Formats: sequence, C-alpha cells, structure tokens
Amino acid sequence: MADYPVIEAERLTKRFGTLTAVEGISFSVSRGDVFGFLGPNGAGKTTTMKMIQCISPRTAGALTVLGMDTATHPREIKAELGVLPQETNLDPEFTCRENLLAYARYFDIPVSEARKRADELLSFVQLQEKQDVPIDKLSGGMKRRLLLARALINDPQLLILDEPTIGLDPQGRHLIWEKLKALQAAGNTIVLTTHYLEEAERLCNRLVIMDRGKILVEGSPANLISRYVGNDIVEAEHTPEVVSCLEEMGARFEIYGDMVQVLTDQPREVAKRLFETCNPGHVFARRASLEDVFLKLTGRVLRD
Amino acid sequence: MTDTEDYDQEYSYILPRVSRSALKVWRRNWDVFFKTYQVNFLPPFIEPVLYLLAIGFGLGMFVGEIDGIPYVEFIAPALLSISMMNSAFFECTYSSYVRMYYQKTFDAMIATPLSIDDVITGELLWGATRSLIYSSVMLLVLIGFGVVNLPSSLLVIPFSFLAGLMFACIAMCFTAITPGIDALNYPSFLFITPMFLFSGTFFPLSILPEPVQLLAIAFLPLTQLVIVARSLTLTDLSPLFGYSLVWIGVVTTIFFVLSTLLMRRRLIV
Ligand SMILES: Nc1ncnc2c1ncn2[C@@H]1O[C@H](COP(=O)(O)OP(=O)(O)OP(=O)(O)O)[C@@H](O)[C@H]1O
Ligand SMILES: [Mg+2]
Repeated sequence: MADYPVIEAERLTKRFGTLTAVEGISFSVSRGDVFGFLGPNGAGKTTTMKMIQCISPRTAGALTVLGMDTATHPREIKAELGVLPQETNLDPEFTCRENLLAYARYFDIPVSEARKRADELLSFVQLQEKQDVPIDKLSGGMKRRLLLARALINDPQLLILDEPTIGLDPQGRHLIWEKLKALQAAGNTIVLTTHYLEEAERLCNRLVIMDRGKILVEGSPANLISRYVGNDIVEAEHTPEVVSCLEEMGARFEIYGDMVQVLTDQPREVAKRLFETCNPGHVFARRASLEDVFLKLTGRVLRD
Repeated sequence: MTDTEDYDQEYSYILPRVSRSALKVWRRNWDVFFKTYQVNFLPPFIEPVLYLLAIGFGLGMFVGEIDGIPYVEFIAPALLSISMMNSAFFECTYSSYVRMYYQKTFDAMIATPLSIDDVITGELLWGATRSLIYSSVMLLVLIGFGVVNLPSSLLVIPFSFLAGLMFACIAMCFTAITPGIDALNYPSFLFITPMFLFSGTFFPLSILPEPVQLLAIAFLPLTQLVIVARSLTLTDLSPLFGYSLVWIGVVTTIFFVLSTLLMRRRLIV
C-alpha cells in the first residue's frame, strides 16, 4: 500500500473576493483515519471539504488527495471519492434505487455490477423497502441514509461526509454512527464535519477544531480533552459565596451565566469541599467532554 | 507537492474540455424524459395540428398562395423551425436552470468524475435531442396532412439536431448569466417571440423593407432555420441554403465555447 497520506494540505487558503473563508490551514489525513472537522457556523469546514473534492479551486497553498494534486487531477481524484454533501442533492426525478443506478453510471460502473451494489447498499442503509419510492416521499433521515449509500456506490478510497447526521433524530443518528463504525472497521478513511460533539468524540480518532478559517487545535478527542480542560468538571450555581470559596481553594474555574464550572482532576474532593463549606445549592460532577473543549476554544457567543 | 498562488488560473482555460462522460448527462435527461413520455409527447402532436388548422387552412383561405405555394405548405417548415427553436431553447433555459439551481443536479454530477464541461455539453446535446424528437413528431403530423414533400423532408430530422444544438448553446449562455429564473423571461420575450414573427415564418421576408430583410438574414438564428427547412420541405433549394448552414455551424461553435466558459465562471467558486 502506498505510503503517502490520503490528504495532505499545506497552508491551504480560500478567498471569496475579500472574504477569507480558509486561511492557511495545514493538516494530514492517514489511511484508516476517521478525521473530524469541528467548528462554529462559517468556520470554513464546507469550503475545505469542497477543495478536497476538487470542486472548488484553492486560492493558495498546496493540497494533494491520494497523492495527486487537486488542481491537476480532479477526474482521477473524484473517481476515488465518496461524498455526502451538507446540502442534499439527490435527483428528485428518480426513485431511491434509480438514484444509485444513475450515480453508478457517472462512475462508469457496469450496469450489472451497479444493480448488485445498489441492492447491497440499500440494505446496508436499511432502505430496501423504500427502493421504489421517489425522493420527495422520503423523510429527512432517509435522505441522509440514501446519500450515504450513494457516496459508497463507487467503493471509494476516501469518504467525505459533510454533516452526515444533520437534522436526524437520535435513532437515525445512531444508525448512521453504527454504519460509519462498520466502515471504519473495514479500513475506510473518512473525513467528516459535524456540529455534534458527541458524534466527533465517538467516531473520530483525530480531529481539528476550526474557527474563522483557521485550525485552532488538532489531536485525538481524549488528548484534546485532557490537554484543554482536564478530565472532570464540577458545576455549581453561580453565587458570590461559591466564587469566593473557589478562589480560596485556588481552583481553576470559569463562569458561564448562572453556572460556575470547575476544571479538575479530583471532582469528588472539589464537590465535597463545595458542599461542606460554601452552601452551593446543587453541585454536579461529570466527565469533561469535547463540548467543553469546543466552547472553551471558540467561546460561548453565537455566530451568525 | 506544488505550492502555487492563484490556482484559479488553472480553471480559466477557454476551450471546453469535454469527455465521453457528457453522454451520461444526456442519458440522465433521456431517462427522465421517457419516464413521463405520455406528457412529453402530447404537445408536439397537438401544437402543429392547431396551427395548421387555424393559420394554415383558416388564414390560408384568405391568403391563398405565396410565391405560387399554397399557404399551408409555406408555413409548414416554419412550424418545424419554431418547434426546433422552442424545444431546445426552453429546455436549456428554464429546465436547465431548474436542474442547476433548484435540484442541484449539476452539483451532484460534478462530485463524480464528470467535469462542468461534461455536464454542460450533456445538457446541450439533450437540448438538441429534444429538438430532434419534437420536430420529428411534428414532421409525422405534417406528412399526415400531406403538406411537406417526401423524401427530401426527411432531412429535416438530422437538421433539427444541429438547429437545436445552436439554440441550446445560445440558451445556455442566458442560463449562465441570469440572476434568477424570472429573469429568463427577458430572452424569451425580447429574443424568441420577435424572432417567431420576423424570420420569414408566416410571411416572406421579401415584403419587409430591405434593411430589415438584411438584418433578419444577417443576424436572426430562426431565419436560417426557416431557410433550410423550407428548402427541404418544398424540395426547392434556396440560394441562401449553404449560407444558412454555415451560419448555423459558426454560431453554434461560438456559443458552445461561450456557454461552457460562462458556466464555469458561474459554477466554479
Ligand atoms: N460561494 C461562496 N461565496 C462567498 N462566500 C462563501 C461561499 N461559500 C462560503 N462562503 C463563506 O465562507 C465562509 C465559510 O463557509 P463554510 O460553508 O465553509 O462554513 P462551514 O464551516 O461549513 O459552516 P456551517 O457549519 O454553517 O456549515 C462563510 O463566511 C461563508 O459565508
Ligand atoms: Mg458547512
């Protein structure tokens, strides 16, 4: 197997007129990785996906996918990619099955082979019963699943999933996670973007957090959590008493509205001392999550 | 790895780079068309019958003959030409725009090995095919009414593909620059409708003032279609026959290049 990275980006930049959507980001995705892009709305995730897909030319920097330059080998690269776009673009004139068959044709897959794969994929995403249903009769979750099936029709070397579980109910999300886990176990390389931090924590072995076109941090979920927030978090009500108490203890804490968060490796002790000495109302100890890292790095203010 | 500023240049080539994959785009539209063929085949049957009855026979009662030709036979090739123009033009304006903007079909296609040039070329070939289908059906009706000569009229069938391709290419340029679907009404009303009347369709160009005649012959695409189609259905070669064919070939080439160029500019961001 070739030893080049599946994706290699160096100082990758994309400008739309005067707006810089992606600003000099560098990252590298290896074979078998499930690589996540997190970041607030407008961070530049989709723009980055589109550059990897060779449908949006970069403004500057270098970008190779499967060892080929996206600027000079779009056809060859696209033949090896499976893409699930953020905006659904299934063909509304066709049924589920016809969508897969039409897509297979774009990849030059022979008809008999395409039929076989369409059947397999429809059952993989549990849509056999809907195979002859037109697209506008599908629920949002079914459309996402069909998009995943469509992304797999050419047996891609690299899967690019732009918010694969957007708008899905918990069942739908779990189903997609299960499928992605299976794909990962089979050795697929997956790049995904998501706003669901739990999803990134479960699926990704590596991820980056982007904001305003730049990569803020990179690492594995566990690594990022211990690096930026520690293992545990104790939450208490935000009262002057609690604050002065924590200051006395010399604890690392942050105030978010009516809540105080203590970052600590000894949650039991902190909780106990709070209870005993500061009359904290209720106290809640939990494990730190990627969400804490995310909010810490990108702030709590809403983006447009 | 190469590291280059302004890769946008890579995409600013002039001549379209088309592969055989364009046929897959054509095939997609063909499949959709034949899924609903009952609806799609009705208009080309009904339209010429209405025109022939109302204008050809009705108005023809008063007009009688033009240049020694019965009026219905005079307008029969015009009906064919108008059908070529309309079917290709409306396919590659409104319908292509719907596929591009609302259905995101182009986006889905360019995520596969297909390039934008392939997609646009496939759409243009489909517009031309639609012209061929519609005018062939119409030709059958006209043959049924006995208002076109055989066998020369059969050459209208291959010609309708070329003629359709020209209008498809012109249409695609409007689609590439239109800010929205409503703005496509402008080329329809300002370009297609006047041409419908002033291209030697329902009355000969020779009754117009000479400068207008010359303008129509020099610049109006439909005029060329009518000249060629009338030569074929009447088996009477117009002196402008060769000129019109070359005109169509040249204009098709120019607008083909222009339409792919404009579409790349619109879709590659
Ligand atoms: N075609 C375009 N033309 C101009 N600006 C664009 C275009 N596409 C994206 N942008 C801008 O680039 C920035 C990054 O957008 P992008 O879609 O990559 O964000 P994102 O991280 O995917 O956000 P979200 O989580 O909302 O999907 C935004 O400011 C957006 O407005
Ligand atoms: Mg996005």
